[in-house]
Amino acid sequence: MNWNQYRTGVRRGLPVGVGYFSVSFGFGAMAAAQGIRALDAALISATNLTSAGQFAGLTLILASAGLWEMILTQIVINSRYALMSLALGQRLNSNIGFLPRLAIAFFNTDEIFALAMAEKQPLTVPFLLGLGLMPFLGWTTGTLCGALAGSVLPLAVRTALAVMLYGMFIAIVVPPARQEKPVLACCALALVLSCLFTWVPGLNGVSAGLSIVICTVASAGVCAWLFPIPDEEAAP
Amino acid sequence: MKIYLYILAMALTTYLIRVLPLTVFRKPIQSRFIRSFLHYVPYACLTAMTFPAILYDTTYIISGIAALIVAIVLAFRGKSLLTVSLASCAAVFLTERIVELF
Repeated sequence: MNWNQYRTGVRRGLPVGVGYFSVSFGFGAMAAAQGIRALDAALISATNLTSAGQFAGLTLILASAGLWEMILTQIVINSRYALMSLALGQRLNSNIGFLPRLAIAFFNTDEIFALAMAEKQPLTVPFLLGLGLMPFLGWTTGTLCGALAGSVLPLAVRTALAVMLYGMFIAIVVPPARQEKPVLACCALALVLSCLFTWVPGLNGVSAGLSIVICTVASAGVCAWLFPIPDEEAAP
Repeated sequence: MKIYLYILAMALTTYLIRVLPLTVFRKPIQSRFIRSFLHYVPYACLTAMTFPAILYDTTYIISGIAALIVAIVLAFRGKSLLTVSLASCAAVFLTERIVELF
């Protein structure tokens, strides 16, 4: 185990951990308000480590939905992780074994994925495991704290913290979009599609998870067709 | 007790989605189209998740817009993730206090 790489990963993941804490605080408070026990809410976060899927899952639990409906909804909402794991897998050295991959896959959230893909150095197992630590702790403890004490923080502070993750997404997307026109085009297309799925009657009935999948596949597909990346850059 | 069945179903489904492409598809992808596609996925996905959702997670749409503008300007200037995130939170907090003055 290379502890230097692990520490670098932990440092890199810290802002995500802070962001997760605030978002999952909201999830914990919401779950507790609807009668889920604090430890059960924390268990959901510790085992799922996903925002949209958990929010949807909570709704289904409260509605006493069937298990198959739960599984189907998770597949639809979380299908984007399959794309992300596939992309992350391309960045991993092929000599990285099965067991480390089992662990790395667990931590593959939107934000951890984005940080991993933004990393210029070759990705190592200690770095990726370190990257997942603070987000995992932040997400789980945030849920627990939110469930136990949702009403302690003033509403004004909770509302402000709600945009933390968006701020981070923007910080990840803007620099490459500024430098590479195709990335900018891809973001612009995704933005337009996302707006259509939010505001156009009919389209806005599509679930949040599925609409993200459609926006992602359509924008990335069109840009891959119009602006294929150069071969030398493609091989990490 | 049923809640643990739900949690197990959720966790297992989500994990399988994440783990299969990392363990089964381990050979480098040869297709230039697919490699290009995967290159664009994170940007498309993060953009679609951010906008317009950021407008609706705050008390007023105007504070979401403030957060968006502050974040884009700071990110454009190359500020760190944490700086951009905290500044957009501050933008929401300040905007909402100002709105409530009127």
